[in-house]
Amino acid sequence: MEFFKKVPTLHFMRPRRRWYTVSATLVLATVVSLVWRGLHLSIDFTGGVEVEVGFSQPANLDAVRQTLIAHGFSDPQVQIVDTVRDVLVRLPPQGETVTGAEVGNRIKAALSAIDPAVQLRRADSVGSQVGRELANNGALALLFTFLLIGLYVSVRFHTYRLGVGATVAAMHNPIVVVGFFSVTGLTFDLPALAAVLAVIGHSLNDTVVVFDRIRENFEKSRRATPMDLIDAAINQTLSRTVITSGATFVVVLMLFLFGGEALRGFSVALLVGIVVVTYSSIYVASALALDLGLTGNDLFPVRKSADELDRMP
Amino acid sequence: MTDFPRWRYWLVGTLTLLGLLLALPNVFGEDPALQIALTGRDKPPCTATCVTAVETLLRSKGVAFLRTSVKNGELLVRFPSHVEQLKARDVVKDQPEYNHALTSAPRTPAWMQWLGLKPMKLGLDLRGGSYLVYQVDIDGAIKQLQGTLEQDLRRSLREAKIEYTDIAPLASVGAGGEALKITLRNGADLDKARELVAKVNPKLEIREDTNPAAPAITARVTEDMARERADYAIDQNLTTLRNRINELGVSEPLIQRQGRDRIVVQLPGVDDPADAKRILGSTATLEFRLVDEINDPLEAQRRGVAPLGSKLYVRRDNGGPILLKREVIATGDQLVDASYELRQEGPAVNVKLDSRGGRRMAETTRANLGHRMAVVYVEKLRETKMVDGKPVDVDRTKEDVISDATIQGLFSNNFQITGLSQTEAPELAKLLRAGALAAPLYLVEERTIGPSLGEDNIRRGVDAMIYGMLTIFTFMAIYYRVFGWVANLVLLSNVVLLTALLSVINAVLTLPGIGGIVLTVGMAVDANILIYERIREEVRNGVSPRAAIDKGFERAFTAIADSNVTTLIAGVVLWAFGSGPVRGFAVVLTLGILTSLFTAIIGSRVVIHLIYTRRRDIGRLSI
Repeated sequence: MEFFKKVPTLHFMRPRRRWYTVSATLVLATVVSLVWRGLHLSIDFTGGVEVEVGFSQPANLDAVRQTLIAHGFSDPQVQIVDTVRDVLVRLPPQGETVTGAEVGNRIKAALSAIDPAVQLRRADSVGSQVGRELANNGALALLFTFLLIGLYVSVRFHTYRLGVGATVAAMHNPIVVVGFFSVTGLTFDLPALAAVLAVIGHSLNDTVVVFDRIRENFEKSRRATPMDLIDAAINQTLSRTVITSGATFVVVLMLFLFGGEALRGFSVALLVGIVVVTYSSIYVASALALDLGLTGNDLFPVRKSADELDRMP
Repeated sequence: MTDFPRWRYWLVGTLTLLGLLLALPNVFGEDPALQIALTGRDKPPCTATCVTAVETLLRSKGVAFLRTSVKNGELLVRFPSHVEQLKARDVVKDQPEYNHALTSAPRTPAWMQWLGLKPMKLGLDLRGGSYLVYQVDIDGAIKQLQGTLEQDLRRSLREAKIEYTDIAPLASVGAGGEALKITLRNGADLDKARELVAKVNPKLEIREDTNPAAPAITARVTEDMARERADYAIDQNLTTLRNRINELGVSEPLIQRQGRDRIVVQLPGVDDPADAKRILGSTATLEFRLVDEINDPLEAQRRGVAPLGSKLYVRRDNGGPILLKREVIATGDQLVDASYELRQEGPAVNVKLDSRGGRRMAETTRANLGHRMAVVYVEKLRETKMVDGKPVDVDRTKEDVISDATIQGLFSNNFQITGLSQTEAPELAKLLRAGALAAPLYLVEERTIGPSLGEDNIRRGVDAMIYGMLTIFTFMAIYYRVFGWVANLVLLSNVVLLTALLSVINAVLTLPGIGGIVLTVGMAVDANILIYERIREEVRNGVSPRAAIDKGFERAFTAIADSNVTTLIAGVVLWAFGSGPVRGFAVVLTLGILTSLFTAIIGSRVVIHLIYTRRRDIGRLSI
């Protein structure tokens, strides 16, 4: 079976202005949403208390909230997780030092008025200082990943035209993922951050394959216009791009569907990430390289034998 | 055929078999178990009588268990379910002669255990347990250092007969901060005093003030001293925490320093850490002081000021005031052993002092026969109070006199302390035995995962993995036919190799780690697809099948290597910055890339070679 019996001859580069607009809009929307709506950070980053309880019957959220307020918990957020019997209770930070299990046991005691068989499944309590530090470390990790990948790219593609294209694509992707969390109001937790870092790493996966092909095409033909060569490269790798992204998307989708609440943020970040990565490797990275004036001379400033090129890192 | 080196078969064959063997222990799963040890002073090993006693006990309470075994003097009881495990825990909890810990025991067959084959360790999010992060109060440790210095200085000055009007801490100035100002009576003593201060601690930074009205010496704790003290405090606290956890009898605990001033404690199987936290974070210790019998404590309480050289305390038994001498005879950290004993007059703690403490105790009691000595129970607490609607942390030191008695004879280094409650006495004995904390600890993060959630997490992770792999396998088989089956075989062996690697390096599998395995499967498909698409393309261009295979592998290689390097970079950064579950993900991601490179580039080549290129006539490729 084959999706593309013949190598397709789609024109990717001609309408690139339109895709620039799409990307710019996505990034802008992210910034606006971050300023306006913010990002719903989990207690990993903000500090606070999260307690998960399991009822023996489907839970009544209103009753849970009322009971908690009646027992002196201020501003509890209650939501259903995984099954209708499991309820997650969130409380604002209680200070630098924490008393997680005590709060957990108090909540359990309070809720046993509704259901005597209520079970404490999980009690997390993070001090606000620890949360702030983790947020800072996370930002630092993002920065380091960008730096290292930028460094790799500039060494790898001898020309800045490809380098800039790849790096902009790599930065564009996590921004859109974070934007998705901001717009939908999904909780951004520590595993989600790990997934975003993986997305940055994965960003160049597709881009590198396309760029590799672009280089090969330039090597084969020095007559055709750069635009045609780039289009050809994307078309030649299209089948692989679609299948790979599809396969990765499907496994992560299973993670999203069956992995439970704890992996929700992680899998959503990856799902959105995979879509954006595929899109940006086709439309952002190559198009930018083209607009930066990529020619065969950039790739082969001094003629080298194909043998030598193969041995390059 | 000639250009295909034979060693590749051997390499792939050997590694796959080895991988299978190493990954095998993970198939068996784990039983919920209870680890039981005998309490008592010398921790006697659990013998046949103890095994029968526990078995009979569990049977009598109707708890079903699978089997029992003894390892390193500890009894391990396996249960068919978590419900039975928790029932057994509640039964054993009420028996003071047993220490117990929830754990899980691998079902790996004996011959595998004999070979040293072990399954992957499960993280707390998969097996349940408590994760505690403590902050070490470094400032407190440095203040403590200053307190000790002050005492030493007072004593040395008095012994050298240098008269001083005051020793007081200076307001913190500059780095290192803490400084003591010693105001002397006579300016003539300045030189002698300076030498003395230098002798007490040669690292102190000494400054003189020759003002005749108030000749003084300032001794400052330098930055180096402060740092040394901080490192010492953390090391000491790590040791103390280890000892305390041993007293608690938790199975496979993990205690690690994290960053500058944090300590992480992981207690697998502890689903209600209240007891553990009370013991771990406790700063409770003892101080022995002489009673000030000259001044009137009631008078001091009324005026709110203690006379010079004394300090006002509250008695625990009747809440009344008592005046004690400022000088400490011995403190809790000079204890070498402590044990709890229930005596006729009430709960008591037998203590044994080290040689220094013992000598001072003997000297003091000899010089003060017929006078009174008191035992002070000291505990530092940090409480969160609501001030103007905001939580504020307040430090408080709880000090009260638990007993005071007339010194009847010479105290050696062995004696008893009474005046404690029945819960306090055994806990204090444990604490004293484990050693005192060199600096107070405050809990800044706590995560507790119940066993049921851990079990659910494993099931969910494994489900997602199975469904994900089935979908991919089906697709690959349809889309690439024979080559698709090769890819599936390769993907499967990738998971096997990854599992083997994770088991060998003792990596901890977490829920994000399982997510990482799933993601790795998805990404590992890529390398195969790159190769196959390249082969198809070559075939389309009219290249002969054999050449197409060779070219496909060759040409796809750079793209495969390149596209994985950046993910590798992200994995390494994640590993460096992350902790706990996220680090588990980073390890899986990084190793997964390595194994998938090996399996896709070398492994699949070998399989395809076996199927096709060995034949003289290849015919059409099933791709």
